[in-house]
Amino acid sequence: MSHSPDAPARPWQFTGPIRKVAGVILSLLATFIGLLLVTFIIARVVPIDPVLTILGDRATEAQIVAERARLGLDEPMWKQFAIYVWQAAQGDFGLSIRSREPVISEIARYFPATLELATIATIFGVALGVPAGVLAATKPGSLSDQLVRLIGLMGYSMPVFWLGLMGLLLFYGVLDWVGGPGRLDAAYDMMLEFELTQYTGMILVDTALNGRWDMFANALSHIILPAGLLGYLSMAYISRMTRSFMMNELGQEYITTARVKGMPERRVIWVHAMRNVMVPLITVIALSFAYLLEGAVLTETIFSWPGIGSYITQALLTNDMPAVLGGTVVVGMVYIGLNMLSDVLYKLVDPRARA
Amino acid sequence: MTLLSVKNLRVSFDTEAGLVEAVRGVSFSLGRERLGIVGESGSGKTMTGRSVLRLIRPPGRIEAEEMRFDGIDLMRASEKEMRALRGTRIAMVMQDPKYSLNPVMRVGAQLMEGLRQRDGMGKAEARAKAIAALAAVQIRDPERVMEAYPHELSGGMGQRVMIAMMLIPDPDLLIADEPTSALDVTVQAEVLSILDGLVRDRGMGLIFISHDLRLVARFCDRVLVMFKGRVVEELAAKDLMQAKHPYTQGLLNCLPRIGGPREPLPGLDRTAEWAN
Repeated sequence: MSHSPDAPARPWQFTGPIRKVAGVILSLLATFIGLLLVTFIIARVVPIDPVLTILGDRATEAQIVAERARLGLDEPMWKQFAIYVWQAAQGDFGLSIRSREPVISEIARYFPATLELATIATIFGVALGVPAGVLAATKPGSLSDQLVRLIGLMGYSMPVFWLGLMGLLLFYGVLDWVGGPGRLDAAYDMMLEFELTQYTGMILVDTALNGRWDMFANALSHIILPAGLLGYLSMAYISRMTRSFMMNELGQEYITTARVKGMPERRVIWVHAMRNVMVPLITVIALSFAYLLEGAVLTETIFSWPGIGSYITQALLTNDMPAVLGGTVVVGMVYIGLNMLSDVLYKLVDPRARA
Repeated sequence: MTLLSVKNLRVSFDTEAGLVEAVRGVSFSLGRERLGIVGESGSGKTMTGRSVLRLIRPPGRIEAEEMRFDGIDLMRASEKEMRALRGTRIAMVMQDPKYSLNPVMRVGAQLMEGLRQRDGMGKAEARAKAIAALAAVQIRDPERVMEAYPHELSGGMGQRVMIAMMLIPDPDLLIADEPTSALDVTVQAEVLSILDGLVRDRGMGLIFISHDLRLVARFCDRVLVMFKGRVVEELAAKDLMQAKHPYTQGLLNCLPRIGGPREPLPGLDRTAEWAN
């Protein structure tokens, strides 16, 4: 879209910001309700009777009727859904069948562990993947390009449980460079609840805020291996995407312009091309982050990491539907949130998307 | 005085399908004058222009017996020496401003980039120079255009920005590669006259690459006609209508004329003995 020279230089500045924010909130709400509709329907179609999972199959008819009424299952569907939405909006996903604890407080305990792991993994993935991809793109076919491709291919094709086990065997078992499974050493784990004010549930953040640097170091030694492993996988993906985006940009005419202006290659790549590469790359990074936030079940299992992935998996294996659906909603919301964030960032780097 | 001399220039691409020769032994020399290079698509005219800046992407290779710019051996110059020439002494305007301007950088930042990065000029001074350059290409509201992004400009405006950007350091040689082909016919003349005026005023050498014979004849002193990577004819622009070479004659004959006979236009004869 080209504007006539007489249009305002930055027309998006004049299109009511309040209306824009309202639009975003509205679409957010719609997506949220759509997500709840999906989980609601899942809960109604799976062959797991919530009443029987609570009461057991020796309950009397009267007990079953009473429990159905208590759960609101005798209400018409639309009313059940309305109640479900209303409760979900308040963060009420019911009680976990296994623990009789509110699902939301369990998720509040499990999710930060995943968030911490996924964040560090993504930082690894971006910090290594982007430069590797750029290096490969600037010298296609060179030794470094082949090396990046090979490392990426390995990341794609090696089973993560195998890499995790080998990593533990080597770096923990043999070399003893890192902490073992779990988020902390057992001794610290005991202290966690009593000696630490938990602000976020993310141990690295909480120990730092509490000034417990000994515990921080211990937590770091535990997270480094699983985060490095997941980071490697995300690096494999990010470096490949960066390479192809960068190759594409380097073939563009504005790159020739920058070179005609006598700009050094470093600036041509990292300023001119990179700003354009950022546009699609933001989506790629957000998606790979969201993917990790879903919980990497295998990695969490191998490293005894109490994250959302193993939480949902355990809930599934024990027919704990409130927990499964609550976890699903949370993961769905993470996707919605990251999508929105990448939309905002996208508009920040690409002026064409703002109009 | 000779500004640029090129002897036996060859550009080849070593592709999987074998060696492709885009330019096969082109020679010319240029003073502070306007040289037109004409030819159909694939005749090697763009590659010839870019070779002078040594901006042929791998796997493309440039070979020449001699390529000198103002006494500097372009074939032997280091990449650093080439960078110093590019942007300051040799500049290039490309075909379509939609692609040749960086879409995510403000026009102002792109205009000032050379001054700020290369010459280490302060922000205020660079800005003043950039605004003056925009005014020189007859942009009425340079302050606002400075803040705009390329997609907010029309094609004609974009190309004027491009010309302004390339002329800021007052180069000795400007290569204009189809500078008006992507523009609407109505603004072509305007952009051309701006380019013409600036080149004339500053007395720089110009290589004007085009597929449009008449345009080149009107605009240049001398014309090289290229075909399949070779120069088939070199002549003064005013003698173009008396061209001897069958290819040049063919190019002239295949142009439609208003009021002329409405018959199928003659095609080009590419089978003659000169065409290989």
